[in-house]
Amino acid sequence: MAFEYEKYLRMEKMPHLWCPGCGIGIVLKAMIRSLDNMGWDKNDIAFVSGIGCTSRAPGYIDCNTLHTTHGRALTFATGIKMAQPAKHIVVFSGDGDATAIGGNHFIHACRRNIDITLVVVNNNTYGMTGGQHSPTTPIGYKTSTTSFGNIDPTFDICLLAKAAGASYVARSTVNKGKILEKYITKGLENKGFSVIVATANCHTQFGRKNKMGDPISARKWIESREIPLDKARNMKAEELYDKIITGEFISEEPEKTFWDNYNHSTQEYTDAYQTIIEKAQKSKDGESK
Amino acid sequence: MKKSVRFYSGAELVAMAAIDAGCRFFGGYPITPSSEIAEFMSIMLPKVGGKYIQMEDEIAAMGSVIGASLTGEKVLTATSGPGFSLKQENIGYAYMAEVPCVVCNVMRGGPSTGLPTALAQSDIMQAKWGTHGDHPVIALTPAYLEEIYEMTITAFNLAETYRMPVMLLLDEVIAHLSSAIDLPDKEKLVIKSRRKPTVTPDKYYPYDTAYGDVPPMANFFEGYRFHVTGLSHDKTGFPTTDPELVQADQERQIRKVSSKAHEIFDYESYLMKDAEIAIFAFGSTARAARVAIDNARKMGIKVGMVRFRVLWPLDEAEVLKVCSRSKAVIVPEMNMGQLSTIIEKFTADRTKLVKINHVGGVPIHPTDIFNEIKGVN
Ligand SMILES: Cc1ncc(C[n+]2csc(CCOP(=O)(O)OP(=O)(O)O)c2C)c(N)n1
Ligand code: SF4
Ligand SMILES: [Mg+2]
Repeated sequence: MAFEYEKYLRMEKMPHLWCPGCGIGIVLKAMIRSLDNMGWDKNDIAFVSGIGCTSRAPGYIDCNTLHTTHGRALTFATGIKMAQPAKHIVVFSGDGDATAIGGNHFIHACRRNIDITLVVVNNNTYGMTGGQHSPTTPIGYKTSTTSFGNIDPTFDICLLAKAAGASYVARSTVNKGKILEKYITKGLENKGFSVIVATANCHTQFGRKNKMGDPISARKWIESREIPLDKARNMKAEELYDKIITGEFISEEPEKTFWDNYNHSTQEYTDAYQTIIEKAQKSKDGESK
Repeated sequence: MKKSVRFYSGAELVAMAAIDAGCRFFGGYPITPSSEIAEFMSIMLPKVGGKYIQMEDEIAAMGSVIGASLTGEKVLTATSGPGFSLKQENIGYAYMAEVPCVVCNVMRGGPSTGLPTALAQSDIMQAKWGTHGDHPVIALTPAYLEEIYEMTITAFNLAETYRMPVMLLLDEVIAHLSSAIDLPDKEKLVIKSRRKPTVTPDKYYPYDTAYGDVPPMANFFEGYRFHVTGLSHDKTGFPTTDPELVQADQERQIRKVSSKAHEIFDYESYLMKDAEIAIFAFGSTARAARVAIDNARKMGIKVGMVRFRVLWPLDEAEVLKVCSRSKAVIVPEMNMGQLSTIIEKFTADRTKLVKINHVGGVPIHPTDIFNEIKGVN
């Protein structure tokens, strides 16, 4: 039987505002299928976003939906999760939203290992505001603010998430919808902070300025740069420059190297807070006499 | 129940009153002179099963309280000048999305890092105009420890009643003051909570004006599955750019407070009956003014005070009444004249306006005010 996307969509809000062929749709599709894999009640899910093309996703999803301020989605999501630890919180962010204006919140959500699943749609640009360069625009590429080629070095969002303490980190691209679905599902299953990066095409803004103004050529460009993690392990740094390394950066069975284990023993945050409640209720500290 | 008497600090009273008002979530970021409120909340909240979180900055703190409030919690954040500035974008979000929350600002000298540990009343305009765009505003300005407790409860009640952020503006000296006070009987407290929808989810609109200017608010996770955005929206909560709908929504949001301004506005009238000279003051400067007035009265000078307990919304008719029957008004404040610029609108030429503006971090002394009273008499 065909998958019923309508079950999770607010069909009355269609047509959506994304450009035809935009990569965000594929990521949203993978998200919906992942939610369905979990079998959760829609009433128990909060779908949160910041500002940007990616961040318009919650408006189309039939859950408790929250479209916040630019970069701040994780802060609102943290408040929701703290107040209602048994509920399921997912966040959709653009690369600018998550790692530029929201970069501080991003690393701190990783550090707390709070049980939220963040999906970053990385289209290497600020799609919504007209294609300016973002912290993931590769060096040399043109955007509306780097007409002579970008000189700003990029973040690797997965390495950043891993270093900051996220407990599940993976990346795939819009060319691999099924794999995206698998990673997002694993993120939702993970009791802790999960980051799934979906490399996506913004052919309208980023593509157009770099000779790939249609969805097909923009996705071919993504395909040509993808290197699976296993293969990347045997490659030299200079060969990996400008590549999209895909795979699971941290999963339940990580390669047990020292650095993988180091600093990744963090308890999930709302569980940890529960121990504080128990301690506080036993203690006499600060009690009104 | 026996009334309890012991020493309380202003910061502790904010925390106690918040908990007594039903607050179960605090998101904060430390900043002098407000940090003690966070410290008290970090101990008191888990004891009652509530949640305390220290976020990575004030922007995050503000975001976290809005998120928690959407699940139905009563929420508090506390900060001071620079942190209050950082919160402003998300405070605007809370106005736009109509999310109840209490924002306590223990004021310090500014701009910028200014005078971190000194007294100021520097943010009364930031409380009104700090975020971009137009919105209603409610700001409370307690002057005594008893009032801190009472008005913190009021702040929560107003936030819940009007579905919006409410500002609790404290002077540093009042937050740090410690004294033995009588607390009201908890059983007698009036505690209000937001109006929840009575309709089933299929008939629910988060901004349904059929119920008046303050629409009932559903909680997340209770089956309503509604949408919340900071974009201009229609009654369904989804974005709209329809000029008429946007205009009507902005007007309603302003009106929900302006139409009740006379109920919300609150002041103490001190010896105003026969006063020829009026002092307008709030917070700690009002306490100095009171001493000055008592001394001037001893010399037979007819002077009184209007002490604002609620600064915004200001009942302008009341201010005009006082201004038009006074030969002079004096406005002492720990800033460069934020309140007096408002009062000035009502004094026109007929009433002399005297401003006392101290921004050095040292309290305005009763003698400073007394000298001005003598001067205008
Ligand atoms: C405080 C603030 N600064 C700037 C903006 C303008 N703005 C809106 S979306 C955006 C960038 C979006 O880029 P990204 O997060 O990558 O999302 P995309 O549109 O590419 O999906 C910016 C800068 C804003 N809305 N708020
Ligand atoms: S501008 Fe780019 S990111 Fe935005 S909808 Fe169009 S293709 Fe997608
Ligand atoms: Mg982007």
